[in-house]
Amino acid sequence: MPAKAGIVVFPGSNCDNDLYHVMKNVIKADTEFLWHKDGSIGDRNLIFLPGGFSYGDYLRCGAIARFSPIMKEVIRFANNGGVVVGICNGFQVLCEAGLLPGALLVNESLEFICKTVTLKVENNKSIFTADYGIKEEINIPIAHGEGNYFCDDETLQELISNNQILFTYADNPNGSLNNIAGIQNKERNIVGLMPHPERASEVELGGTDGTKFFQSIVASFD
Amino acid sequence: MYKSKISISVRKNILDPQGKAVEHSLKSMGFEKILDTRIGKYIELVIDASSEKEAFDLSEEACKKLLANPVMEDYTIAVQKEGEQN
Repeated sequence: MPAKAGIVVFPGSNCDNDLYHVMKNVIKADTEFLWHKDGSIGDRNLIFLPGGFSYGDYLRCGAIARFSPIMKEVIRFANNGGVVVGICNGFQVLCEAGLLPGALLVNESLEFICKTVTLKVENNKSIFTADYGIKEEINIPIAHGEGNYFCDDETLQELISNNQILFTYADNPNGSLNNIAGIQNKERNIVGLMPHPERASEVELGGTDGTKFFQSIVASFD
Repeated sequence: MYKSKISISVRKNILDPQGKAVEHSLKSMGFEKILDTRIGKYIELVIDASSEKEAFDLSEEACKKLLANPVMEDYTIAVQKEGEQN
């Protein structure tokens, strides 16, 4: 069955339209928005949690969004093997929901960092990175104040031994443990990353290194 | 009625860059005896409970489920009868 993307819109999401545009007009996938108050994900079989500042980042980034009505369905879907992608604030929501291990701390510099960084693809045997070469270096923008990935030692060892680390920073911008920029869960159906591939998917926007991320995911449904 | 005062801070083994920045500033102002600074957040809850224990347990449940993230934060809870002076 082809991918039917659903992009969750929380109050304060601000990369939802960028993602919608890329999925619909660049990747040419069936794409719809899902409202955070929806009680169902309908016929969507690929869920995106977009970037932004859901609920104003109050309390902790992603902490309140994680309890939105739709998240109950998203968590159920994810636990049944459904493909879920969290970008930036979406990654924070997935960590808060316990769907991915660890947490995103405030950047070591205390600054909001908005720039294009170089990532290394650490594992290309995932449905999220299959179109990339192993150790391929790609340029993708980041824009976050809390992107400093942290987890305990035991979790880090698991991430490493299970090949869960998909992307690392070539030059660590925020203090992330082991330069981690993006991880998948042990079951390999959930991904979270701080960089914004949807902002690097068209030549007009300065780069297309993000396109393969979405193409890999959509191709995994064929 | 009880009031629950909850302090949340970054876990001890995690770098608190905000605390460090303030600590450096305090040191440069001459506060040499201040050895460590950590910054967190403070939350007050007013709870309709029939005992201090019930108020404490509810506060702890709220911390575990929403108010604190155990991966990165520690918390302390102090419960008092509403209206009592601290």
